Amino acid sequence: MLVNKLKVSVAVGLLSTTLVGIALTGGPVSASGANCSTTTSAAACGGMSKLVAAAKKEGTLNVITLPADWANYGTIIKDFSKKYGIKVNSYNPDGSSQDEINAVVQDKGRSQAPDVLDVGTSYATSNLSLLAPYKVATWGSIPSQLKDPKGRWFDDYGGYMSIGCNTKIVSVCPTSFKQLLNPMYKSEVGINGDPTQAAAAFSAVFAASLANGGSFNNIQPGIDFFAQLNKVGNYVPGGSAATAASGTTPILIWWDYLQNSVKQTLPSWKVNIPTDSSYAAYYTQAINASAPHPAAARLWEEFLYSTQGQNLWLQGNARPVELATLVKQHHANKTWLGELPTAPAGVTKFPSLAQLSTAKNVVAANWSSAISG
Amino acid sequence: MAALATTEGLFDFDEPLATAAPSGGRRRRIRWGRGAILTLAAAYFLLPMYAALKFSLQDINGHFSLSPVAAIPSQPGLGSAFFLSLRLATVTMVLTMLLMVPTVIYVHLKLPRFRRVMDVITIMPIVIPPIVLILGVLHVAPLWLKSSPYLLSLVYVILAMPFVYRSLDAGLGALDVKTLVEASRSLGAGWIATMWRVIVPNLRAALLSASVLTLALVLGEFTMASLDLWETLPVWIVDFDQTNAHISTAVAMLSLIATWLLLTLIVSLDRSHSRRHRRNRAS
Amino acid sequence: MKTSEFAADALPPLSAGAERGRGRRAPGALVRSLRTGAPVLPFLIYVFLGLGIPALVIVDLAFRTKAGQFTMANVHAITSGGQYLAGFETSLKLAFVASVIPGVLGTLLAYAISTSRHETLKRLVASASGVLANFGGVNLAFMFVATIGAGAGVVTSWLARVGFNPWDHGFNLYKLSGVALVYMYFQVPLMMLVVTPALHGLRPAWREAAENLGASTWYYWRYVGIPVILPSVIASMFLLFGFGFSAYATAEALTGGSIALTPIQIGAFLNGNVIAGQENVGYALGLGMIVLLLISVTGYAFLQRRSSRWLR
Repeated sequence: MLVNKLKVSVAVGLLSTTLVGIALTGGPVSASGANCSTTTSAAACGGMSKLVAAAKKEGTLNVITLPADWANYGTIIKDFSKKYGIKVNSYNPDGSSQDEINAVVQDKGRSQAPDVLDVGTSYATSNLSLLAPYKVATWGSIPSQLKDPKGRWFDDYGGYMSIGCNTKIVSVCPTSFKQLLNPMYKSEVGINGDPTQAAAAFSAVFAASLANGGSFNNIQPGIDFFAQLNKVGNYVPGGSAATAASGTTPILIWWDYLQNSVKQTLPSWKVNIPTDSSYAAYYTQAINASAPHPAAARLWEEFLYSTQGQNLWLQGNARPVELATLVKQHHANKTWLGELPTAPAGVTKFPSLAQLSTAKNVVAANWSSAISG
Repeated sequence: MAALATTEGLFDFDEPLATAAPSGGRRRRIRWGRGAILTLAAAYFLLPMYAALKFSLQDINGHFSLSPVAAIPSQPGLGSAFFLSLRLATVTMVLTMLLMVPTVIYVHLKLPRFRRVMDVITIMPIVIPPIVLILGVLHVAPLWLKSSPYLLSLVYVILAMPFVYRSLDAGLGALDVKTLVEASRSLGAGWIATMWRVIVPNLRAALLSASVLTLALVLGEFTMASLDLWETLPVWIVDFDQTNAHISTAVAMLSLIATWLLLTLIVSLDRSHSRRHRRNRAS
Repeated sequence: MKTSEFAADALPPLSAGAERGRGRRAPGALVRSLRTGAPVLPFLIYVFLGLGIPALVIVDLAFRTKAGQFTMANVHAITSGGQYLAGFETSLKLAFVASVIPGVLGTLLAYAISTSRHETLKRLVASASGVLANFGGVNLAFMFVATIGAGAGVVTSWLARVGFNPWDHGFNLYKLSGVALVYMYFQVPLMMLVVTPALHGLRPAWREAAENLGASTWYYWRYVGIPVILPSVIASMFLLFGFGFSAYATAEALTGGSIALTPIQIGAFLNGNVIAGQENVGYALGLGMIVLLLISVTGYAFLQRRSSRWLR
């Protein structure tokens, strides 16, 4: 009797433990014990094939704020979808980094919640609790200052601030910030949006600051430059790819890889990296900790950081974060590499997050009074 | 942007505003004055449309071309975005009518002093900017509600309120509701019959214009729909094809003109219907 | 609603054991007014749920840090930061200009249209008003830049042919006056929509009677016309004020942040790509807007009471 009871209780105990275990891990458990939906690397959950299988099972991926003509995301999404047979839903392509964070917080539990994020770096670092740690297979190729040691965020692609110009309207294309002040460019110069809201516009101000005696610690000369540009009548507010194409801002200061989208509408569009300032920045990838399709999210990151993915960004005229390794191993596509605007000589330095934060607050406080005053 | 109000007056062509015929000289001056105002207004509203149309009907080199417009029908997602907007508009209209019509009728009948309070309450939706309102709503809405696009309909009802109320209020103010109700009740009709067969038909113009303008509101509202991650028609227009400014301008203009024609059509249908009614009754 | 509304003095129900006199009246009247007020309850509940609660959430978030603790820092930031106060001031100025001028013009235009004899025109204008009142954002900004922008605007190039450039004479689409000009594109149709029913409250018979008694046009308007439509005109202008104050997409697309406007500043915190982690300051700005608008609503209610005295 007692033995029977014991057997029963052991059986029940084992059964319930197994059930609880299955419930907790929520899916197929690999030999090494980690689940591909929550793993911190592909190796830890049994290798790429297991990850691919888990992702295919989920069948869908939600991305957000990825316009098709932004660093070649249109092709990247298509190729990923074709390669793995996973449907990609692209929401709010014109949205902002803050929109992505809002979506993660407020759409938690919705099937449309974003799985992966591509945001300005400060948005990732201010919201670490929302992100799931994951290290891609090529983690070692990412420079150490461009990733979170715990794997919660990692930079993806970037470029230099450049001056684009419509050769049909502008006779002599400016190649430096100083040249922009020339009266022949009256009512022609724009930046992409509002520096308190658009990262590209903010970066234009920072770049202008570097060209005018400022530094990573001092963005005020940049603000003063644009105030001056406005005073002489060269500056046009509200610039964008559309105004560049329509002729309202035949000169547009923007990221070099995004000037592409203007080039597609306007073959006469020429892009120069300014000679008196080299300012570059990377965007940042992250996985939503409460992603509705966590395995697919991880597979997406693996795809982006594979040779294929990195080259696709290269095709989009952007510099993928692993470019140095790619070039060293001769895996970079030669044609696309050759089409990159000539980078300024020397090692590119980036402002620290603290310097960026200070600069942003200075711009937020002073931009409107500088331009309107 | 919410804009709902009655266009009732603008439809009521059977009672022109000024029947008194002024003397010759003054009539000429009035016609001059009105002509001047109308011309200026026409210039102000039509020139920007012309400029946008001119830009949208150009190809890459700046020459006239229909290619941007021709590219529109093949764009993915347009159909589903349009039908989503239509569904949202229908639900918003139904909810608004169910909520507002009985309330406003009742207030007119029984709580006339409450009208002032209603006036202030229905102005409140303006107090909160849409971008902040939708974030507030998303904070408190339960998950099952957030997963449905009709959450937007619920919020649109609020956006529409200032105008729907004014429309119904004006419409009811023009009727002698008390007499109508007394007559109907004394003839034995119950409350529902009275509302449905006596009051509502007399409110037809106000109801129609309010519905027609809900349509315009839902088809034009962008900020909230975009932050709520639903691809309604205005969201689709903005999201669509960022590369080619000519195509996206063409789409925006097309949507504007199409909505305009749709509204005009609906309005004309009712006018001919009510005209027929009046003719039948007279005979 | 079974009790007869026509028996205005139905006696309140007597509760068992209640004594006659003062005690009887109070509970009875309360029950009666509750019953009378009940049908309005669904409306009130809806407004509370759909508007009141989100508003309370925003107010709450304005006083919280990102981590959720109570703080006055956000409110302090917006009241001490020069650009935020400038933003409130400019936004109020813009809202005022973009409500009074379109208010007057819209009324005139509505009057001109409704006294016209061309039915097709009326129909087209009616539906156009509905559509244009909801138009805005990037598309509207672009339309105006394409029309009167400094470089390649259609009208600008026409004027250039006669040697005139408005931009040389102080016109600037990206300053307050330019933004107000663009705002008129949706404010005027909005005004037309909202004010027309009031215009139809002006019975033609009154005009005829006034003329028969020898009143001039000016006299008629001064003593009959304007007093009748004034409450509605004020109400409508207030609606315009509210929209002009809260309008976001158009201003942002047009100015790119070059003038300080509160909705744009809110957008930088709640909808932007540059300033991360400071959403609560955005909510504090939202709270500021709510407070300012509530003050305006009070002013509006007061104005309404005064101007409708005539009609009562």
